[in-house]
Amino acid sequence: MKNLNLYFQVHQPFRLKKYRFFNMGKDHFYFDDFLNRSILQKVAQGCYLPMNQLLLKLIREHGAENVRVTFSISGIAVEQFKLYAPEVIESFQELARTGAVEFLAETYAHSLASLTSKEEFERQVRLHADTMEQLFGMRPAAFRNTELIYSDGIGEMAYNLGYHTLLTEGAKHILGWKSPNFVYANAIKQEQKLLLRNFRLSDDIAFRFSDRNWDGWPLTADKYIDWILDQEGEIINLFMDYETFGEHQKRDTGIFEFMEQFLTRVVKHSELQLRTPSQIAAKYEPVAVLHVPHPISWADEERDITAWLGNELQDEAFSKLYSLQDKIYQLNDPNMTRVWYTLQSSDHFYYMCTKWFSDGDVHSYFNPYDSPYDAFMNYMNVFSDFKREVEHRVG
Amino acid sequence: MRVLMFGWEFPPHIAGGLGTACYGLTRGLAKLGVEVIFVVPKAYGDEDQRFLRIRNASEVEAPYGTLETEDDFWKQLTFIQINSNMVPYLSPEEYENEWSEFQHEKRRGIPQDVWKQRYNFSGKYGANLMEEVARYAMVAAQVAREMEGQFDVIHAHDWLTYYAGIAAKRVSGKPLVVHMHATEFDRSGENINTIVYNIERTGMMAADRVMAVSNLTRNIVIEKYGISPDKVVTVHNGVRFKAHEGPEEERGVEDKIVTFLGRITYQKGPDYFVEAAAKVLKRVPNVRFVMAGSGDMLNHVVRRVAKLGISDRFHFTGFLRGDEVRRMFELSDVYIMPSVSEPFGISPLEAMKSNVPVIISKQSGVAEVLTHAVKVDYWDVDAMADAIYSLVTYPALHNMFITKGQEEVTTLKWDNAAKQVLDVYQSVVK
Repeated sequence: MKNLNLYFQVHQPFRLKKYRFFNMGKDHFYFDDFLNRSILQKVAQGCYLPMNQLLLKLIREHGAENVRVTFSISGIAVEQFKLYAPEVIESFQELARTGAVEFLAETYAHSLASLTSKEEFERQVRLHADTMEQLFGMRPAAFRNTELIYSDGIGEMAYNLGYHTLLTEGAKHILGWKSPNFVYANAIKQEQKLLLRNFRLSDDIAFRFSDRNWDGWPLTADKYIDWILDQEGEIINLFMDYETFGEHQKRDTGIFEFMEQFLTRVVKHSELQLRTPSQIAAKYEPVAVLHVPHPISWADEERDITAWLGNELQDEAFSKLYSLQDKIYQLNDPNMTRVWYTLQSSDHFYYMCTKWFSDGDVHSYFNPYDSPYDAFMNYMNVFSDFKREVEHRVG
Repeated sequence: MRVLMFGWEFPPHIAGGLGTACYGLTRGLAKLGVEVIFVVPKAYGDEDQRFLRIRNASEVEAPYGTLETEDDFWKQLTFIQINSNMVPYLSPEEYENEWSEFQHEKRRGIPQDVWKQRYNFSGKYGANLMEEVARYAMVAAQVAREMEGQFDVIHAHDWLTYYAGIAAKRVSGKPLVVHMHATEFDRSGENINTIVYNIERTGMMAADRVMAVSNLTRNIVIEKYGISPDKVVTVHNGVRFKAHEGPEEERGVEDKIVTFLGRITYQKGPDYFVEAAAKVLKRVPNVRFVMAGSGDMLNHVVRRVAKLGISDRFHFTGFLRGDEVRRMFELSDVYIMPSVSEPFGISPLEAMKSNVPVIISKQSGVAEVLTHAVKVDYWDVDAMADAIYSLVTYPALHNMFITKGQEEVTTLKWDNAAKQVLDVYQSVVK
């Protein structure tokens, strides 16, 4: 029996408006409301709502014990749903009520705090868990970090917050000959179970589904199930952005029909079952310890953190941002803290990425800037004003 | 005195100071009773309507329009547009990019300039800048022929129009004066484009007089182009200020603001400004630096600022248009122009007019005419940092520069420059 663990990531950042030097000191509203609203509503209509409907339909047809899916929804995305598309929250709540869905813990701001500040990381994970509990009536039991960023140390931090199950990337350079289709253990806290993304099968849907130059095209449910059955191991972790359905892969590629067929056949298949991370962790023990001294992620070919940090622009913006942390805590002003969160979303640093070659397409997705330099200049103008405000209030 | 002038667009379509200089000079000349037939490539249609109005649509087939206006000045000006996509300060490489963009636009059916119908030599613009320069010269010859007997001297501004000037001279037999606003060495450092250099040199050799905007430029013309010194005259630019009514820009931040405003290119020395800024910030925290403009070195500068870790105190505005320049000056406490090579440099004068003390490099032409400005070598970032430090720290010094600078800058009028230019005209007209 193979377990299919389907997890979908839901996140949209608050994109910044064009903030100029002339605004500084006078204008403390930083977001492009129009852009954020139009993107969010477009994605809600084209992806979140129809895909939720499809899942709901399948759950009702085949029973909540058979159709199991997992979501991670960032706190920043929740805030935007509340502002621009509250029906999306209702739709997720409806899914939650079926009992078929697990919600994961993550950092509230979809931030990179795990890479620099333990305290900020813990605050955000707690805040996110509170938000999830409030919305869906259950506290997350398993954890995924922003962009599946993981290292032994990050795993330990999550463990200390009570998360004994964690999802991350099945990065080739970490696994070597090992298969991602088993449970592994954190190197420091060996009771922590790691579920690793099967990037080949995940990306077959997320990236390659509509690619006519791909020799797997057209992908059918039967073909895909055959590939899954060919895999060794007992757990197949399919992790992808929720925007895959209807956005990255447009409706007319047949992605919704494919998912409906695929899930229906899985449910009926005698050797396959859909399970959530917590169900899997309860049943399976780790086969080995995984050593990850340097952070990995699910991004780009390198599966490292160079999409967000590493060039001068990103490092400067990142270190300047977190140098404000103590003042934010001291201030303890809900409005300022909220802006502080929105500025932490990993997307801002992603826009400053200068390695455009193989992964440029993904980087330009929903990217409001013409160049990483534009992204940096605008971000720093906003940040400079925010910093000035914070320092004024601290006195 | 009647002049056939090959110039550049007037404000607001400025690329650097060339358009502004043409405008100021033409105005000054008009006051002295000089009649100007002003020829420019391409018109956009939203310039000051007093003088850009072409009489009516029935004159479309005419090669030029004489301008009708109440203002006396404009009565002395005949405005001729030649349909061309040349713009000042364009390098051959940039032209290629612009050209492909233009071709793209044309496919979308953007209405063509009326003059095109008449001067339609190849059916399209030159596929490269040199072709376009040559095409422009052919049109210029045609203009000179049709204006026969209506001018005494030809005046060409900057290398792109030199062939036009030469062509007009050949057709009409009238003397030619060329005006060096910048040399190829100012634009490209030592890695000059030899084709551009040759056009500049050919223009100056063919000219009866060469005008240079500063002694600095005059020396380059003599030393690097081998032009006979007695043919080259320095005429310093003037400055003309627009009166501004309305409230001053309100300050958003309490820190002192040090501003660099210009194209972010090698010859403007933006990187020296960044290094000086980092030095100042080590000593005084309450200063902010602003780099206003765009250019091919912008990304490099952004990276350097990030690397130095001063990006929360060093801001970029992007290219500033029209009124934003004035607003930027009003927000500034110190203006800096660290140019590696600046034939003249009008922006420090605008800063002084807006009550902003200026630091300028000794390698700028404007340093020859200014007393009340701090002058440093462009490479001397320590001296630059010192000067910034003093100006933001000592109010007495700051105020002294404001008062004296204001007095000084009002004496630099285009009228004086125009008188010198008229002398030059008279010396070549028999």
